[in-house]
Amino acid sequence: MGASLVTIDNVDMRYGGADGTLAVSGLNMVVERGEFAAVVGPSGCGKSTLMKLVTGLHIPQQGLVTVAGIHVTKPVSIVGMAFQNPTMLPWRTTLDNVLLPLEIVERHRRRLRKHKKEYVEKAEHLLETVGLKGFGSKYPWQLSGGMQQRANLCRALIHEPELLMLDEPFGALDAFTREELWQVIRDLHASQDVTIVLVTHDLREAVFLADNVHVMSARPGKILKVHKIGFARPRDLSVMYEAEFNDVVQGLRGEIADARAVA
Amino acid sequence: MSASNTTPAPTALPVTPAKKFDWLPLMPWIYTIGLFLIWELGVRLSGVSHTIMPAPSRIFEAIIQYWGAIQRHSIQTLYTTSVGFLMAVVGGLALGLLIGWSRMIYAGLYPLMVGFNAIPKVAVVPILVIWFGIGTVPAILTAFLIAFFPIVVNVATGLATIEPETEDVLRALGAKKMDIMLKVGIPRSMPYFFGSLKIAITLAFVGSVISETVAANSGLGYMMSAAQSQFNVPLVWAGLIMLAVEGIAMYALMAWIEKRTTGWAHRSQTMAG
Ligand SMILES: Nc1ncnc2c1ncn2[C@@H]1O[C@H](COP(=O)(O)OP(=O)(O)OP(=O)(O)O)[C@@H](O)[C@H]1O
Ligand SMILES: [Mg+2]
Repeated sequence: MGASLVTIDNVDMRYGGADGTLAVSGLNMVVERGEFAAVVGPSGCGKSTLMKLVTGLHIPQQGLVTVAGIHVTKPVSIVGMAFQNPTMLPWRTTLDNVLLPLEIVERHRRRLRKHKKEYVEKAEHLLETVGLKGFGSKYPWQLSGGMQQRANLCRALIHEPELLMLDEPFGALDAFTREELWQVIRDLHASQDVTIVLVTHDLREAVFLADNVHVMSARPGKILKVHKIGFARPRDLSVMYEAEFNDVVQGLRGEIADARAVA
Repeated sequence: MSASNTTPAPTALPVTPAKKFDWLPLMPWIYTIGLFLIWELGVRLSGVSHTIMPAPSRIFEAIIQYWGAIQRHSIQTLYTTSVGFLMAVVGGLALGLLIGWSRMIYAGLYPLMVGFNAIPKVAVVPILVIWFGIGTVPAILTAFLIAFFPIVVNVATGLATIEPETEDVLRALGAKKMDIMLKVGIPRSMPYFFGSLKIAITLAFVGSVISETVAANSGLGYMMSAAQSQFNVPLVWAGLIMLAVEGIAMYALMAWIEKRTTGWAHRSQTMAG
């Protein structure tokens, strides 16, 4: 295994007992440490299921999931997670929302009270990186959808996870905000020692951000193909207007269309 | 300089008067006084006997005449209601959290609670009297029993409707059930809880007055049934007025507490809309 942070080995996951929905079957995937992996595939193919398998929210009936060399049998706390709808708690300020993981993750919660100031500074710094400087004292419902999603990213990052799992985090945002956040994520990945797995429906997003794009089949999902994306980093948004970029996106689109047709 | 050029003189705009009197806070009083006026006029003009429907002036006369007794009985009712209500708050919160905590407990207790709630509480009073004798204790317990259920249901609902995504985010961080309860479940159920207090306090009055009417020798319920047996109709009505006053005061207190403690829930809803 060596440098692999995540391995999924021949995994089957069925929801709701023996004759429930078989969400993924024969799933294999490897994510190297420091890699940016994107997962694309038809709707309902088991992408969110894959995320929950890696984070240990679901335990597969068959096969093996390991994170950092350890067999996943319960939630893994080296992971940060963000979903499509920002799950901010409305009774907490944005800053307190960002600090929430520290109150939970075992190795931080003991230090939190004594080192509160240091953590608050860190949270404020994170908010600044995503362009939310000064919004820490606002409540989530005082922020726009895009701002909430930025805060959501900060919350996923505050405990310095080795692995960041993003499940369609930009789905509900407008095109401009989305492009802005792509750059935020890109810079985070470049500047921090973090491995990212991103589920998305947006193929341009996947190709722009990822080192490897994993294409899934229709349900029951498995990885059909892994595309290595060779564009040099750091990537600029203008890379998306190159012919080569569009060829890759077109190729992916075709594969997913095929995967849907098979179903 | 440029500011004074671009802004027209405020005196040139008489469209918005400097101060407009805000009638809104006065409206409850205006309507209440209006109701009493119409009532007074209606009774006087129609000449209905005061043994059937006394005019407000007659009722206020009775309040002044019997003030000593009315005061004593009002305080008694307020006391039994408040104690019963506080017991319902503590018990309801505890049971609501317990039910929301575990699906097992929920499944087991829910049908029992529904059945229990279906029993008219007036039917329980005789049993309470057998156990505790007539007086304060049955009144407190009846108020407790009747106010208990809405609190339990509301707290449990708040806990049961945690968004699965929120739970997933926390569980992925290694949160235990207790963490999820403390960080999300309980804060989340607080608006439901405080919302239910308004219903519960109103019901608590129903409970204590029922019990006082059937089995007590003090309290407004007792006073009214005694007055009724002596055909002292204005005193019966005086009791009703006192109940209304106490009810409004307690309701307003609960509404204020609700607003103070869970303002975020109201604001986030209006903002989301
Ligand atoms: N909790 C659940 N209980 C039962 N079935 C489920 C559950 N969650 C997902 N499924 C089923 O598993 C399959 C895969 O679901 P999943 O959410 O992983 O898809 P997805 O690829 O994330 O879809 P989308 O792109 O629409 O988000 C679906 O057919 C769905 O019906
Ligand atoms: Mg999904």
